[in-house]
Amino acid sequence: MNIHEYQAKALFEKFGVPVPKGAAAKTAEEFAGALAQLPEGPTMVKSQIHAGGRGKGTFTDGTKGGVKFCKTKADALEVAKGMLGKTLVTVQTGPAGRKVQTVYFTVASDIKKEYYLAVLLDRASSRPVIVASTEGGVEIEKVAHETPEKIFKVVVDPAYGLADFQVRDLLTRLGLTGAEAKNGGRLLRALYAMYWETDAAMIEVNPLITTPTGEVLALDAKVSFDDNALFRHPEIVALRDLNEEDPKEVEASKHGLSYIALDGNIACLVNGAGLAMSTMDIIKHFGGNPANFLDVGGGASKAQVVAAFKIILGDPNVKGIFVNIFGGIMDCNVIASGIVEAVREVGLSLPLVVRLEGNNVEAGKATLAASGLPIVSGGSMADAAQKIVKLVP
Amino acid sequence: MSILITPDTKVLVQGITGDFGARHARLSLDYGTKVVAGVTPGKGGQFFEHGAHRVPIFNSVADAARATGATVSAIFVPPPFAADAILECADAGLDLAVAITEGIPVRDMVRVKRAMAGGHTRLLGPNCPGIVTPGTGERSQGGCRIGIAPGYIHRKGHVGVVSRSGTLTYEAVYQLTVRDIGQSTCVGIGGDPVNGTSHLDVIRMFNDDPETVGIVMIGEIGGNAEVEAARWIRDHCRKPVAGFIAGSTAPAGRRMGHAGAIVGGAEDTAAAKIAVFKECGIEVAVTPSDMADALIRVATARGVALS
Repeated sequence: MNIHEYQAKALFEKFGVPVPKGAAAKTAEEFAGALAQLPEGPTMVKSQIHAGGRGKGTFTDGTKGGVKFCKTKADALEVAKGMLGKTLVTVQTGPAGRKVQTVYFTVASDIKKEYYLAVLLDRASSRPVIVASTEGGVEIEKVAHETPEKIFKVVVDPAYGLADFQVRDLLTRLGLTGAEAKNGGRLLRALYAMYWETDAAMIEVNPLITTPTGEVLALDAKVSFDDNALFRHPEIVALRDLNEEDPKEVEASKHGLSYIALDGNIACLVNGAGLAMSTMDIIKHFGGNPANFLDVGGGASKAQVVAAFKIILGDPNVKGIFVNIFGGIMDCNVIASGIVEAVREVGLSLPLVVRLEGNNVEAGKATLAASGLPIVSGGSMADAAQKIVKLVP
Repeated sequence: MSILITPDTKVLVQGITGDFGARHARLSLDYGTKVVAGVTPGKGGQFFEHGAHRVPIFNSVADAARATGATVSAIFVPPPFAADAILECADAGLDLAVAITEGIPVRDMVRVKRAMAGGHTRLLGPNCPGIVTPGTGERSQGGCRIGIAPGYIHRKGHVGVVSRSGTLTYEAVYQLTVRDIGQSTCVGIGGDPVNGTSHLDVIRMFNDDPETVGIVMIGEIGGNAEVEAARWIRDHCRKPVAGFIAGSTAPAGRRMGHAGAIVGGAEDTAAAKIAVFKECGIEVAVTPSDMADALIRVATARGVALS
C-alpha cells in the first residue's frame, strides 16, 4: 500500500525524522489556513499523487511542474489554485495522469547538499538494507548504473537491529561530520525504526539534504507498506486513498481477486499468480496483447468467477476473453458452471476461449458444450492462446 | 530415491482442525501419505477422523513429534500466527517445515529466517504449494504429498521439478505425466520475497539424487534466485535442465499476485533471466506450454533417457 508524501512526512515526524515544516490542504478554502501554519518566505507547493516525477510532470492543461518553488506565501496560494483538481501526467502515471486532490505546502529549505537514502528489503540476504548515496535529487537507477561506487549499502541484522558502527560507517561514507553527522545519525536511526515498526516495504528519501546551519532534513518521502502486515496497523490502513487506485482493482480486491489492468485487448481469467503471469506471456508470444492480470486464486467459487467476468467486461478495451484454469484440486465442472452462469448473467458479445485442465475436466468440458453458448474450447495452453489471438482482430 | 521426503516420511499437520488444513490432510491421507499427527493448541487429546484414519491431535509440535516420530510439518496456520508455527517446528527439531500459508508479513519472515539460520530444520515456503514425492500406485498413490498440490497428476519417475508458483508447477507436472515422464520429487519453494529454500538449494539436491536424471526449473520475474541457480548449474550440474521464467509481459514495479514478483531493475526482468539461462546451457521453454518438451529436447540432445 502506498501513501502520499504529506502522510509519510507526518509519520517521519512521529518517529523523529526531521522534515521541513509543512501543511496539506484538500480544498482551495483550506489553502490560507494551511499557509498560516508556515512562516512567511520561500514556499514549496507540491501536488500530492501516488507517483514519482511530479516536478518534471505536466498538467493536462499544459501547465508545467507538479512541484513548484514560490518566493512568497501569496505566490504559493495562487500556484496551488492552479494545481488542485487538475490532472498531472508524469513518467510514472501513464498518459492518463492522476487528478491532484491534495496540495502540500512546505517551507523551501536552504540546500547545502543533496543525498539519497532508502530502507528496503535486501532479497539476497533476506534482511533489511539501508541504501545511501552522495548523489541525491537525481534518478538513483542512473547513479547505480553510471557511478555505482557512489552508492553505499548497509545490511541490518534483524536479531540486533541497526548497529552504531553501521550508522558511523554510513555517515563517514556520506562525508558528514560535526553537527551534520550527529543529526544524520539520529535521522538514520529514526528512519530505520519507522521502517521496522510500521512494516514498511520501502522508504525512500530523495533528496535528503543538509542545510547551511547543519540540519539534516528529509525533503521528499516515498513510503509503501507490506500489504500482508496491514492487519496489525489500522492507523496505516486509515491513510489509504482509494482515489489513487484503479476502481477495477479495488472492486476485484473486495471479491478476493487479484487484478491489474494493462493496456492490451485480450482479457485473462486464470487461477494462480504464476499461471496468470504466464498466460499473459503466451498471449504476447502468439502476437496478442493481454488486457489484464487476473488471478482468481486456488479455490475460486462461482460467485468469484461471475465477479471476475464483470470486472473484465468493465474495461472498454477488451475485445476477447481467455479463461485458463488448471483445476488441480478444484473441480473443473464447478468452474465451468460458474463460467456458464457468468456469461448468461452478464451477456457476452465477445469471443471467449476456455482452456480447462485437471480435476473432473471431462464433465467441465461437457457443461460448456451443453450450454449452447458460443464458447470456444482450447486444448493445451498454446492451442487456446492461439485460438483467442486469432479471434481478436 | 527422491529428495527431502519419501513415501515413508511421517508428517504432522499444524492447523489440521481448520477448514483448509483439514481438507488437505484428508487428500494427503487418501493419497497414501503417512499423516501421523495434527497440532492445534487447545485441542490436544482429540482425534482427526477420516475414513479408517484416526489421527491424534496434540497441543504442540514437540509433543506431536515425540509421540509419533513425525519429522516433517505441513503448516496451514493463518498468516498472523504462521511465523510462530514455523519457529515451533525449528524448536522441536523437525527436519522440514513446509509453510503453505499465504500472506505472512515480510518482517515476520525476516525474523524467522534469521532465527533458523544455521539450525537443523529446513523451511520450505511460505506461500507455496508444498512438495510431492509420487508413489508407485495408480495415479501415483502411495506417495508423500505435503501441502495442496493435486497428487493424482503425478507419476513416479526421474524428473525433478522446482518452482515458485503453484499452478505453474501443476502445469509442468501434468505436461510431463501425459508424455509418460514421471517425477522423482516436485518442490514448490513459494512466491514470497523471503523464503526458506531457494531454487539453488533444490537444484543441488536434485543433482545429488541418483534417481533424478533431469530437472525442470520454473521461475518468475523479481529477485536474483534463478540467476544464482543458473550460474551454479553451468558450473556444477551434471543433469539436463529445462527452464521457464514467467512474467515477460509484466509491467515494471507492479505487484503480480506474488509479493516477490516485482521487477526492481534490469537484472531481475524475465528477459535478463532468460538470457542468463541460455548462457548457462539451460534449455528455455519458449512458452509455458513448452516446459516438458524443452526438457525432452535437452535430454535427447545429451542422450539422457527421462523415463
